[in-house]
Amino acid sequence: MAKTTEELGNPLKKSLIAKLDYDQLTNCMRCGFCLPACPTFRETGLEQESPRGRIALMKAVTDGLMEPDGSFRDQMDHCLGCRACEPACPADVKYGQLIEQARDAIEDHAERGPLMTGVRRLFFKSILPHRNRLKRAGSLLAFYRKSGLRALARRSGAMKLFPEHMREMENVLPDATGRGVLERIGEVYPAKGEKIARVALFRGCLMDVLFAETNVNTVKLLSEAGFEVVIPPSQTCCGALHAHSGEMEQARELARANAKTFRSADVDYVVSNAGGCGAFLVEYDHLLHDDREYAELGEWLASRTVDVANLIVERGRLPAFAEAEAAEPVTITYQDSCHLRNVMKSSDAPRRLMRQVSGAHYCEMKESDRCCGSAGIYNVTQPEMAGQILRHKMEHANETNARYMLTSNPGCLLQMKLGIEKHGAKGRMEAKHVVDYLYERIAAPKE
Amino acid sequence: MLEPAVARQLRQIVGQRHFRDDRESLVAHSYDGTPMLQHMPDGVIYPESTEQVSEIMKVLSAHRVPIVPRGSGSNLCGGTVPIQGGIVMVMHRMNRIREVDADNLTATVQPGVITADFTAHVESMGLFYPPDPSSMRISTIGGNIAECSGGLRGLKYGTTKDYVIGLEAVLASGEIIRTGGKLMKDVAGYDLTKLLVGSEGTLAIVTEATLRLVPPPESKKTMLAMYKDIYGAARTVSRIVGSRIIPATLEIMDNPTIRVVDDFAKLGLPRDMAAILLIEQDGESATVERDIERIKDICASEGADRIDIAESREQAEKLLTARRSAFTALARLRPTTILEDATVPRSRIADMVLRINEIAAKYGVSIATFGHAGDGNLHPTATTDARDKEEVHRVEQAFEDIFAAAIELGGTITGEHGVGLVKSPFLEWKVGAAGVELMKGIKTAFDPDNLLNPGKMFAKETRKRVVIDRG
Repeated sequence: MAKTTEELGNPLKKSLIAKLDYDQLTNCMRCGFCLPACPTFRETGLEQESPRGRIALMKAVTDGLMEPDGSFRDQMDHCLGCRACEPACPADVKYGQLIEQARDAIEDHAERGPLMTGVRRLFFKSILPHRNRLKRAGSLLAFYRKSGLRALARRSGAMKLFPEHMREMENVLPDATGRGVLERIGEVYPAKGEKIARVALFRGCLMDVLFAETNVNTVKLLSEAGFEVVIPPSQTCCGALHAHSGEMEQARELARANAKTFRSADVDYVVSNAGGCGAFLVEYDHLLHDDREYAELGEWLASRTVDVANLIVERGRLPAFAEAEAAEPVTITYQDSCHLRNVMKSSDAPRRLMRQVSGAHYCEMKESDRCCGSAGIYNVTQPEMAGQILRHKMEHANETNARYMLTSNPGCLLQMKLGIEKHGAKGRMEAKHVVDYLYERIAAPKE
Repeated sequence: MLEPAVARQLRQIVGQRHFRDDRESLVAHSYDGTPMLQHMPDGVIYPESTEQVSEIMKVLSAHRVPIVPRGSGSNLCGGTVPIQGGIVMVMHRMNRIREVDADNLTATVQPGVITADFTAHVESMGLFYPPDPSSMRISTIGGNIAECSGGLRGLKYGTTKDYVIGLEAVLASGEIIRTGGKLMKDVAGYDLTKLLVGSEGTLAIVTEATLRLVPPPESKKTMLAMYKDIYGAARTVSRIVGSRIIPATLEIMDNPTIRVVDDFAKLGLPRDMAAILLIEQDGESATVERDIERIKDICASEGADRIDIAESREQAEKLLTARRSAFTALARLRPTTILEDATVPRSRIADMVLRINEIAAKYGVSIATFGHAGDGNLHPTATTDARDKEEVHRVEQAFEDIFAAAIELGGTITGEHGVGLVKSPFLEWKVGAAGVELMKGIKTAFDPDNLLNPGKMFAKETRKRVVIDRG
């Protein structure tokens, strides 16, 4: 469509036109099948809060029907990025790519105060991609907790300086550690019994600082199932948080580093235990598509990435899992990780594993396939909507009367912990990563 | 542009949050499920009660502002594109199921309730509401009433009109009317209930509906039959019904659809088949078993190449995949998918499918046909690209020919999608000039200032009827 010079006057509009894939915008035929799948549409009932509405807004901007103003930017930020709309779409519109492109363009023209700019730079550029700094941040957090500084901060009322949702989050954050999976078990961990395949663990950035124990359990569970596990030390953050926040160039840089690292690790699979990271790795082919040097490596990594539950179910030797003997079976339930379900298309494998546990009763939670409101850093940036979604989620969770709420992604896990704390059966329900739950219940335990 | 005084009054009625005229809201309500149509409204309003709807209509009629009522905007006839601007009224907040009356077998609902939510609710109470449009997971009961939606179960169970027995509606003037009731018999005056069903928001705004429910079928059985000869499939359809068996579902897919579905779903369908029939029967188990056995014999005697009968629910789901994938598979072929619903008498199904294939070849466009063979309602589906104006023009020409062919075979231009904007130039072909005039008279009686969904149903000009030369 021809654009007048006046239309091109708005620099954000120019970036949006340049970055949005017009073919994908055209592919949306506006049937509306995505609407019931969308959490923000369900919460608000507003068309503009739906995937069809957001795509129409993007298209209206590129068609010159609308200026991308503040509320356009807000609307793009409101999307959780859960991508539940994609499996619901008959036309296979790549909504996830469109929202990333829109955010990338918006990021080019972000109007932020120097403080926020500084915080973002610190977080995205200086901490996440740097193993050592992340470790130090982890140690610092651990020190803050253990030294009594946290107790002091809480007692002194200093925490009141932070918004309420940040305080609530701080409450459920686990103890951070500077000792990640590599430091704990080394670079290679042998398979138990005959080796089925050699796999690499994608340890994640925050995962390895906040949930290092889950990483260790993932390796040991894989080993029990017959896999030799390597942990390439030069791997870095996957870049998902960058891409979801519009920092595409940095995401690509990280993708190139990972693609190179894992390709040279000589493995059959790259295993992820975090739905958010895994889903980003399986789309490296798209991310590096236009990179002449790295496109092939990106495709390779995308095709080899698999979730831990899927690999065990499809290729592994299933260990026997059992709850401790009790009069009544222990009820467990599961919250899907949106990206694991909607992007990695894995929803059956974790459920099959949970159903294997003897002495446990698996109870499907109503709307377990719906986003919990965590959505990367959404619960920090959009606390109101995230809170509303979480409240509804916990109503369903409480109906299951489960002892354990299991999930497959660190963000979802934290959100579930927060949910139990705020609206749930505190003390009676515990949120856990599905890997931790399973590994702790291997019947004839490991050495 | 809306006068500021009108906007102020509307805000007073519904509250600040439920009237919007910011650019985002306008853009997001400028389209519906129909390809290539868009027009900006001047405002969007979300009422929560009949009284609010009435108040809103009083304001709008005093200022002569057009109004387009809508549910989820998933219709396929341009029925809710605000082509003359004005206010789009979204009924989502009026989404309560007021009552399910097990003694009278009725349900009373607000128009914004989602069809599938309603169906699930009555099924949880051991009852059954049969209309099942493909969009039921997002469509609303109000939208279904406005378009008189059909679905897969139309042959045996009828369509929306057969289940609406009472309505509350707001006229353009703001007056509230009530029609029908929890009554199976009611001949007090003209049947306004049936008149409003399928009136596409041009006569009144439905604010509450009383729906008839039926007991659910006890069991269900599913089968597929494949044919190298499309007439064999068509004769099967006629003979099944002729043998006094009314199946719950009797669907057909033509060869272009079979190929596309097989490419997409990798079901290993034989690609040289001219047609596949999907047949389901429901009811008492013994009757279902007997009917399926008899249908199987009919399929075999009409030369079906392959007959698969599902022995379990899982197998049935597998057989259903082919038909369920049809729309998805077609939608992924090209950017723009145009789904029409030309309908013919059941006995002319084969002629119609072949005519569609000829017409598609004549204009060099790709059209695949699937649909509800049992009730003669076909979905010729064109796959194209809205940006290719020349090709889109050929598609439009092909559809004109298809509508003409349907009429010629004793059929209609639309079986279940509605006239809206898209088929208004062809309405006269079906109902005649006198019919259109009469309908316009009815419209004027309800809505003298032409404020309710203006520009729909009646076109400025009727398309010249093409004489088809088939050599």
